[in-house]
Amino acid sequence: MATTLGASLGRVFRRSHLGTEADRATFRTLHEASLAGPALREGLTEASAERSIRHLRSLLGAPVVALTDTQRVLAWDGPGAHHSDQVAALARSTEATQVAGPSQLGCHLVSCPVQHVVVSPLVVDELVVGHMVVGTPYPTAGLVRATDEVAAWVSGQLDLAELDASRRRLVEAEVRALRAQISPHFVYNSLGAIASFVRTDPERARDLLLEFADFTRYTFRRQGDFTTLAEELRSIEQYLLLEQARYGERLRVVLRIAPEVLPVQVPFLSLQPLVENAVKHGLEGREEGGTITVVASDLDRECEICIEDDGVGEDPDVVRRALAGTGDSVGLANVDERLRHAFGDEYGLVVETNVGAGTRVVVRVPKYAEGLHP
Amino acid sequence: MNHAFGATAVAVVSVLTIGIGIWGLRFSRTTSDFFVASRTVRPALNATAIGGEYLSAASFLGVAGLVLTYGAGMLWYPVGWTAGYLVLLTLVAAPLRRSGAYTLPDFAQARLRSKQVRVATSALVVAIGWLYLIPQLKGAGFTLNLATGLDNRLGGLVVAVVVLVNVVTGGMRSVTFVQAFQYWLKLTALLVPAVFLLMVWFGDGATSPADAVFDLPGRSGWADPLSGLGAHPMYTTYSIIVATFLGTMGLPHVVVRFYTNPDGRAARRTTLVVLGLLGLFYVLPPVYGALGRMYAGDLVGAGTADTVVVELPTRMVGGTGGELLAALLVAGAFAAFLSTSSGLTIAVAGVLSQDVLGRRFGGIASFRLGACIGVGVAYVFAVLAEDVGVATAVGLAFAVAASTFCPLLVLGIWWRRLTDVGAIAGLVVGGLTSGSAVVRTFVATEDSGWFSTLMAQPALWTVPLAFTAMVVGSLLTPDRRPPHVTRFMVRLHTPEAVGVDRG
Repeated sequence: MATTLGASLGRVFRRSHLGTEADRATFRTLHEASLAGPALREGLTEASAERSIRHLRSLLGAPVVALTDTQRVLAWDGPGAHHSDQVAALARSTEATQVAGPSQLGCHLVSCPVQHVVVSPLVVDELVVGHMVVGTPYPTAGLVRATDEVAAWVSGQLDLAELDASRRRLVEAEVRALRAQISPHFVYNSLGAIASFVRTDPERARDLLLEFADFTRYTFRRQGDFTTLAEELRSIEQYLLLEQARYGERLRVVLRIAPEVLPVQVPFLSLQPLVENAVKHGLEGREEGGTITVVASDLDRECEICIEDDGVGEDPDVVRRALAGTGDSVGLANVDERLRHAFGDEYGLVVETNVGAGTRVVVRVPKYAEGLHP
Repeated sequence: MNHAFGATAVAVVSVLTIGIGIWGLRFSRTTSDFFVASRTVRPALNATAIGGEYLSAASFLGVAGLVLTYGAGMLWYPVGWTAGYLVLLTLVAAPLRRSGAYTLPDFAQARLRSKQVRVATSALVVAIGWLYLIPQLKGAGFTLNLATGLDNRLGGLVVAVVVLVNVVTGGMRSVTFVQAFQYWLKLTALLVPAVFLLMVWFGDGATSPADAVFDLPGRSGWADPLSGLGAHPMYTTYSIIVATFLGTMGLPHVVVRFYTNPDGRAARRTTLVVLGLLGLFYVLPPVYGALGRMYAGDLVGAGTADTVVVELPTRMVGGTGGELLAALLVAGAFAAFLSTSSGLTIAVAGVLSQDVLGRRFGGIASFRLGACIGVGVAYVFAVLAEDVGVATAVGLAFAVAASTFCPLLVLGIWWRRLTDVGAIAGLVVGGLTSGSAVVRTFVATEDSGWFSTLMAQPALWTVPLAFTAMVVGSLLTPDRRPPHVTRFMVRLHTPEAVGVDRG
């Protein structure tokens, strides 16, 4: 009696909250799709295929599902894995959804469910990147249709993966561009300035060349996204020395660094572009030259780095656009994005400027950030 | 003593400290004479700064008072406060630096990847900070009373305000150089008068302090190693040893200084130099205690033994010379209050602003509010707990640190199987047991039963209890081991010179 009551109560409960049988089937489908999605959005690899294939199989309700790339089988869920070589060969020659029967598979095992396979291509950017293969004892039109639809959905997820990857590649390319950003002008001008000292002051010319070598080695460094503030400042110092060789008295530099913050971890080449900007803005259109001030101070759990010039300044709207990434200064937006990415949104760049008022860029960096390794 | 001299000494030290805090070392450098790499804080300088921040009122005044009152058994305090750095050196210093953590909660979070452990450690940082601030403000109160005639409570308030101004205006810069200066000031302030006092003592025939006649019941055997340690001297001795040896690593204001070292090797060197500097300093306070035995024995009866350091010059040397020496000692003592209190206030305010107030107020505002709350609460407790001796309160702070952070650090660094559940279990058990001992000592009157002894010096039983809770809790929850533990251990224990992937 109690069981009956419980069951009927359960039915009432389910019906009122989860809808009809058809609704629930839809929910199940959507749920399986949502489980398979995240793995596929990492791209089509053995690992992602392995993680998503179980959900794809229950989505299709088929006994066997496999995913291949253009060469081989990446993952196989269900019995009949001895067909994987045949399936891979079949997939290589498939351009549109097709069904292969026992004549191509030739399976004599009675218990093997892979008597027929439905092969459907996965297409990203009009290119076939792999196939979804569904094995079944007897193919139905419904299964072929379902396979087709699921393959199209998987293709859509892979499209997104491609989008993610290209966005990541873009950021990496920007960092690489920054690293290689020592502008031809800088190289040309530095070498020119050094050349002018070769006769008059050979000792200084030699020192400057060594600084130049050190500076380029640091900037072209390949490994590591992070570095210590000490190293970053060292490279800034070399950069400023070289610029001073060129501008002479016109470029005045003040550095005020609290030694306590030198071990702090900062993103590689995050300050150098800012100093370069400051030199450019500080000297632009001013015969008498200008002063660049770099201050690093200790704020207990954080470190604050200010880069300041007393030059012509900038319209705040231009800076706002540059920070939003729509202006023409790649450096500023890139530094801002990398700081936010590493330490969180509250650690973005702060730029204080106005026309004729000089520019001050403030970078805050936490001494300890979770998940960031020294 | 002469109040004019005393007030001048206090004023000079306060103005100097606040002035350096506000204006800092604002000299600038141009590129020609500036090389960043050559300016990292050297181990020797950093060690001196640690010494400056670490040597507190308890060291400057409390040790002499204890030795005067209770005898040779009290020498375990200075020995333990120094040897704590030996444990820190061998077990903690280099791995802690390599972990990249700035504060103790940072370390807990990096090691166990758990927000809850972070919250628990943050709460303990505040508790230990308060416990350690109370005796600083109390000591400052009676030193000011002696030096300027100001009321005890008012004196404490003055120090609280000076510390607050210092921290709020410029103290966020934990300037290494200023703290290093504080160490040398304290050492000089104690060393110079000691030389004169010893000369007077030689002139008087250099009799042994152990033979000094001063009439107090139950104070015989002053030179006996187990003297003055209550009804159960052996237990008390070992408990003091455990608390001081293991508590040093859990002091929040000391730990942050290790971050200034560029790498683990420098952290170790720094600790080694600290050992030497503290060893040098701690020779002096017992000298004052022993001399006080002959020249200021009456202070024990009056219950003001903690003032013996400042009292001796006027009694032994006398005249203007004595007054000047006393003023120097007052200045040193005041420097001790200021540097330690400032360091502790910054640590407490940092936790309060980051983990409690941060969401409601902005960065600087919440830090300032945190500093006000930190010092305010400590001052109220200092007024309420008037009967607790300076060194006793500091001893309890060490006991709490040893019962909570020592297991967390030692197991976190050396035991792969530690889990967040185990860590919280250990912190709760250690915190509650040692915390109840603190409360009991603050409210109860003295008696000599076993229970009272266990509560007065809890470390010997609370530390093993906390370790056990942490180990058992971790073993019961093996599935909660953080997945990155092997990688983290590699990072902690591989010297920087070895090229391995630390990512």
